Amino acid sequence: MKRRTVTLARAHGLGAAATLAAALLFGHAAIASGRGAPSASNPAWQSECGSCHLAYPPRLLPAASWRALMDDLGRHFGTDAGVDPATATAIRAFLEANAGRARGSGDETTLRITQTAWFVHEHRKVAARTWRSASVGSAANCAACHTGAEAGRFSEHDVRIPR
Amino acid sequence: MVKVQALRCAVAAAALLAAFAAGAATPAELAKTYEAEARVASPQFGGFSATRGKAFFEATHGGEWSCSSCHTRDPLAAGRHAKTSKPIRPLAPAADAERFTSLSQAEKWFKRNCNDVLNRACTAQEKGDVLAYLMELRR
Repeated sequence: MKRRTVTLARAHGLGAAATLAAALLFGHAAIASGRGAPSASNPAWQSECGSCHLAYPPRLLPAASWRALMDDLGRHFGTDAGVDPATATAIRAFLEANAGRARGSGDETTLRITQTAWFVHEHRKVAARTWRSASVGSAANCAACHTGAEAGRFSEHDVRIPR
Repeated sequence: MVKVQALRCAVAAAALLAAFAAGAATPAELAKTYEAEARVASPQFGGFSATRGKAFFEATHGGEWSCSSCHTRDPLAAGRHAKTSKPIRPLAPAADAERFTSLSQAEKWFKRNCNDVLNRACTAQEKGDVLAYLMELRR
């Protein structure tokens, strides 16, 4: 565990209480809002969701999407990503507690971060050849351009598009 | 005969339990666990084979992927996830001392990856052959 501090930057009222309770329950390293700030973290999520791809921050999909995704881990985008029931419960709770809000039509149900309206919008200037380049390989490979992705930082300041 | 079979089952179950409970294990201990399981599955069990393991590792089994699709044909080197491009640490214990030191980890990945590559669970014989191959590799 890197850091035990809980930053409640812009949270307030009931939201803050809920966030704090969730943080205590699920062992968050840090909670903050804003794209440049570190994301919520959880050991089971980090190790299980982060072994085949970047552990995508929960705020990137709404709770309904995470629920649907956790319901079908045995067929996770064509691969078996099954975990034991206790781990699944912990990860599910963490994802739901830190999920983002739906930000465009269809976002409530999509399971692919790359298909959400905000993702498409934010990446509209990325050239097709950049997506195809050997060092990127896949849109799932956030860290190819987002140098702070492993730490949950997706600010434009941390973007280095490989040439 | 039935008694012998029951005894074998009990021994295999005990070995499996012991390995799980111990947490940290060695690749050789994991191989022993798979051997006990393989003996139960087939009384004619004739040991594990690194050669067979290598062939199994590099072949496709009816699907699109083989083990080497992600882990490459050189398990001493880092791999790369065939779909997401995420780097994968080398699989051979000689290249990464953490590999095959936890039965629960090994079992989790065999379950997932065998489903992806073979569309079924791997047998103890298959797991043991692959492990024998990986354990034989030296830098």
